[in-house]
Amino acid sequence: MIRTLGLTKRFGELTVLHGISEEIREGEVVSIIGPSGGGKSTFLRCLNLLERPTAGQVFFEGVDLTQKGVDLNRYRAKMGMVFQHFNVFPHLSVLENVTLAPTRLRKCDKAEAQRRARALLKRVGLLDKEQERPNRLSGGQKQRLAIVRALAMEPAVMLFDEPTSALDPEMVSEVLAVIRDLAKEGMATVLVTHEMGFAREISDRVLFMDAGVIVEQGPPGPFFDHPQQARTRAFLEKVLPL
Amino acid sequence: MTANIIRLLGAYGLKFLGGLRVTLMLSALTIVASLPLGGLICMLRMSRLRAVRLLASSYIEVVRGLPLLLQLYCFVFLLPRALPLQLTRLQNVSLSLALFSAAYVAELFRSGIQAVDSGQMEAARSLGLSKAQAMMAVVLPQAVRNILPGLGNQFVIIIKDTSLASVFFVDDLMTVQKVLTGTLYTTMEPMIIAGVIYFALTFSLSKLVSLYEKRVSLA
Repeated sequence: MIRTLGLTKRFGELTVLHGISEEIREGEVVSIIGPSGGGKSTFLRCLNLLERPTAGQVFFEGVDLTQKGVDLNRYRAKMGMVFQHFNVFPHLSVLENVTLAPTRLRKCDKAEAQRRARALLKRVGLLDKEQERPNRLSGGQKQRLAIVRALAMEPAVMLFDEPTSALDPEMVSEVLAVIRDLAKEGMATVLVTHEMGFAREISDRVLFMDAGVIVEQGPPGPFFDHPQQARTRAFLEKVLPL
Repeated sequence: MTANIIRLLGAYGLKFLGGLRVTLMLSALTIVASLPLGGLICMLRMSRLRAVRLLASSYIEVVRGLPLLLQLYCFVFLLPRALPLQLTRLQNVSLSLALFSAAYVAELFRSGIQAVDSGQMEAARSLGLSKAQAMMAVVLPQAVRNILPGLGNQFVIIIKDTSLASVFFVDDLMTVQKVLTGTLYTTMEPMIIAGVIYFALTFSLSKLVSLYEKRVSLA
């Protein structure tokens, strides 16, 4: 569904991604782990071209998004993205956060958008907050709102960029529960995370990225139990509890 | 002194009112014109094209780097020679003030927009909104809060700056003060009257803006 070909990203002198060719298949749940600065987030942000690749291609449903003249906005709407710092819209109510994009982009009428938004909010336990401003929400609630906001566009894949890294520890599980639900339903998911246990639990495949390349990948069981590469072993030894 | 002021007001009160009318008109015209002009310059300043950005920032630097009085001279004495159509002196002065103020307004807009967390634009774009839609629906409503205090300040400055136009005797408040001082050989009283009127204008405007600010921050 998403395929990258020789994806390269440079920031000035610094090469963050070294020609990555990878594929995310329909309904697949892929976790990306690795040390900070290894290129995980940049790779994710290149998938919906929030970050424009220096070289290489990104195909989404067969369309090369890096081509000139491609209607990026149309494809971005099909790739829901969730950010580390939530980025909910503080000037809008919870409900308006969810209905903004559907009403602006689909010309779907307001009542219909609100009905669907309420169904989504109910699903993540935020229905009673629909009239609140986001600044009245906890971190976990904000992130659940951000997920619902992306889901309102009915995306074909969800991209999560360290969705629990900015959360207080006691709020991590409520956000992970929502992601788990989505994954179980068969939503294609790319998850950049430091939650090793969670990555192992929900992923079909785990990628280990370091220094701008995918060092190693595989199904979570073998990946975590018998890592092949020395760099992967060194990283896992540091982050996994003994 | 007080008796003098009252006597002066009795005799020339209408003159001061006339001056107030011109000052208000000049200020309002400048404020109203500098908003869209400032918006346009701000857009150019934030353009994707380097040449356009350079053009806008050169404009801003030149306007901010030259004394307003010098700019007024240019518009009143040089512009009529360069332009085929004849503008009145007041129109030339208004144009100069508006173009001057627009440079500051543009920078106010820009800093207010850039103070909005870049994650807001990214989140809006990731939902599929175009850059313009994201700007209108997400970034600008948040930027307004950053811009308002500075904008109120700028309006107050405009009101005061219109007094420079009195150099060309455009019959504004300051012109009335000058003329009365010259004809009556009294300096203090006309100055006090003009000062009180200016202060009443600027003070009530800044109060108004802070009221509006409160309303916006509550919303």
